[in-house]
Amino acid sequence: MTILEIIQILIFFSLLIGLTPILGKYMANVFTGNRHFMLPVFGWLERLAYRFIKVDPNEETNWKSYAFGLLMFNLTGFLFVFLIQLFQAVLPLNPAHLSNVSWHSAFNTAVSFMTNTNWQGYAGETTLSYFVQMVGLTVQNFVSAATGIAVLLALIKGISRKTTDKLGNFWVDLTRSTLYVLLPLSIVLAVLLVGQGVVQNFNSYETIQTLQGAEQVIPSGPAASQIAIKQMGTNGGGFFNANSAHPFENPTPFSNLLEMLAILLIPASLTFTYGKMVGSTRQGWTIFTAMIILLISGLAISLYAEYASNPVFGHLSLMEGKETRFGITNSLIWSTSTTAASNGSVNAMHDSLSPLSGMIAMINIMLGEVVFGGVGAGLYGMVIFVILTVFIAGLMVGRTPEYMGKKIEAFEVKMAIIAVLAPSFVILIFSAWASVSQMGLSSLNNSGPHGFSEILYAFSSAAGNNGSAFAGLNANTVFYNLTLGIGMLIGRFGVIIPVLAIAGSMGRKKITPLSAGTFRTDNWLFIGLLIGVILIVGGLTFFPALSLGPIVEQLLLNNGITF
Amino acid sequence: MKTLIISLKIFLFFTILTGIVYPLVVTGIVQVVFPHKANGNLIVEAGKTVGSELIGQQFDSTIYFMGRPSVTLYNPLPSGGSNYGLTNAKLKNLVEERKQQFIRFNQLDSLTEVPSEMLFASASGLDPHISPKAALLQVERVANARGFNADQKQQLQKLVLEFTEEPQFLCLGEKRVNIFLLNLEIDNIQ
Repeated sequence: MTILEIIQILIFFSLLIGLTPILGKYMANVFTGNRHFMLPVFGWLERLAYRFIKVDPNEETNWKSYAFGLLMFNLTGFLFVFLIQLFQAVLPLNPAHLSNVSWHSAFNTAVSFMTNTNWQGYAGETTLSYFVQMVGLTVQNFVSAATGIAVLLALIKGISRKTTDKLGNFWVDLTRSTLYVLLPLSIVLAVLLVGQGVVQNFNSYETIQTLQGAEQVIPSGPAASQIAIKQMGTNGGGFFNANSAHPFENPTPFSNLLEMLAILLIPASLTFTYGKMVGSTRQGWTIFTAMIILLISGLAISLYAEYASNPVFGHLSLMEGKETRFGITNSLIWSTSTTAASNGSVNAMHDSLSPLSGMIAMINIMLGEVVFGGVGAGLYGMVIFVILTVFIAGLMVGRTPEYMGKKIEAFEVKMAIIAVLAPSFVILIFSAWASVSQMGLSSLNNSGPHGFSEILYAFSSAAGNNGSAFAGLNANTVFYNLTLGIGMLIGRFGVIIPVLAIAGSMGRKKITPLSAGTFRTDNWLFIGLLIGVILIVGGLTFFPALSLGPIVEQLLLNNGITF
Repeated sequence: MKTLIISLKIFLFFTILTGIVYPLVVTGIVQVVFPHKANGNLIVEAGKTVGSELIGQQFDSTIYFMGRPSVTLYNPLPSGGSNYGLTNAKLKNLVEERKQQFIRFNQLDSLTEVPSEMLFASASGLDPHISPKAALLQVERVANARGFNADQKQQLQKLVLEFTEEPQFLCLGEKRVNIFLLNLEIDNIQ
């Protein structure tokens, strides 16, 4: 590594840490209904929305109605995206004359974008029309992220309120997240990205003659507007197949920095918002610190593994699947961030990362997408681990566990366990199934342990709603489209529903005042415990599977063995 | 039923706002502020579009600087990389082959250290850049293939340095040469 590369890492983290309280404070104002500077700009749109749907923004509901509204809304989005793909050939804005999408691919893509996963079994530029990308996918990019924030807001209300079953109004939370947070940030980012060279137009693909006289078809489209929200909303689904490695999605090192920041910006800032809204910014910074320690540790291991020499390629820098303008370090900051946040966009091909770097990407997802994680989703996932941690700590000292003055009882712990186990179940059971069936194995692009890693990564990515891939796996088959689709559903709603149930249950409880005997959840000891619990739960669940994939692959690579 | 109707209506609202108005507003802004970039940085020479500044092209003729290996042979439909893992024997063989080929093609000493981006395929298959070192190694061959005299050869060497982009804002990304732009330019050396 060079000094220049270390400087780039420092710039990235300084910007992230510096922007967290600024955006975090703004979001806290937005979500508590305080005055903020975007009200004069988009306030009329918010009022228009409530009038149109005939909902009183001050009317609040219990967790069950909140969850029901969320599920209905997501179902609507799913059906719409599913149907427009099946009929895209007859729909407008299809200058490349792309044909209708197969039912199983359409199912997978619709689930994928509804659940904020943005797993892509298809190649954008040769599969989907501008209409589907824009009116179908871009919309889901916004509302799936807003759905994540809404669940977090319900949880925050459950924690900070007492003896009530009212958790807010799903429609209000959804609307405010979209109008005041996602939309303005995306507009700014989209324009900045075009300034670097990202395309944004409705032109047809252009056929040109290259300098050598060959034909080359240059794709086009409204890419920047989709890329901005794909990064901001931790969605990650690329406009083009190569995602943010494509020069039209990510043309310069500066666009790369902007996009990397956008991946982590909202999830990181939400920790501050959380602290503000539960009445103690220290609680927010505690969670932020635990997250950033895990992120930096992952990055350090990835960098070490990628820069280490090995007997197969000697001292060559491992540029397979990486772009010259980014180099190795920027590719790894991205691979670590995009998997820590459940973003899933890539600027280098994860399939070609060194085995341990690929493993870090996988572990980030397997830990439950709680290292910053998805917009909203990462933080509510982290609160699940916080509950488990106070529970375990409570067992150790023999006291009733409490978090923010709320007693943690059997119901909360049961729900937390469901939320942790649901994605793990998908990852292990489905990977096992794919590894022993012809339907699963025939899609592999690599043999040996790396082939198994491709399968394991795919189901981790689906269950964690990440969406990145060891993309050598040909996942556009009936088997993978369906199993991964189901995996994404379980990974999303198998967590959201228990979290809302916890929110409902905690909201009904009384708040016990702080005393000398209270177990503190805002100090270094707690950060250590929290990280310990995350690593132990993740480690115990996935170590055996990882040993069969990336770990054994790294050992073989170190001995110069190829397949 | 009431929830379903609210869902449908708010979905319609967001579809119009974020699916239609938002992309159109962004398109409107950038088509005014950055029209060239928003339309793909296309380069027009003598009335004909010859390519995009950002998208690499396949160069295998001796009169041009060659770019990185591309799995798609620089066909953008669709873009993508090899997705070979490091323990894939195919990758190992390809790297060895490309190394021999680069050395043979440029008539270099067999012990020359070939820059690694010339041995490994890019992620997008469209990477227009190579390192300055990889470009300098090709100067001799390009000059010979074009029958350049010593003066022109020197001019070519200078051109490579001229087309070397420093890290952006001095600190972001890698030093690199856009060989599409470079090749376009050397067609003009007399």
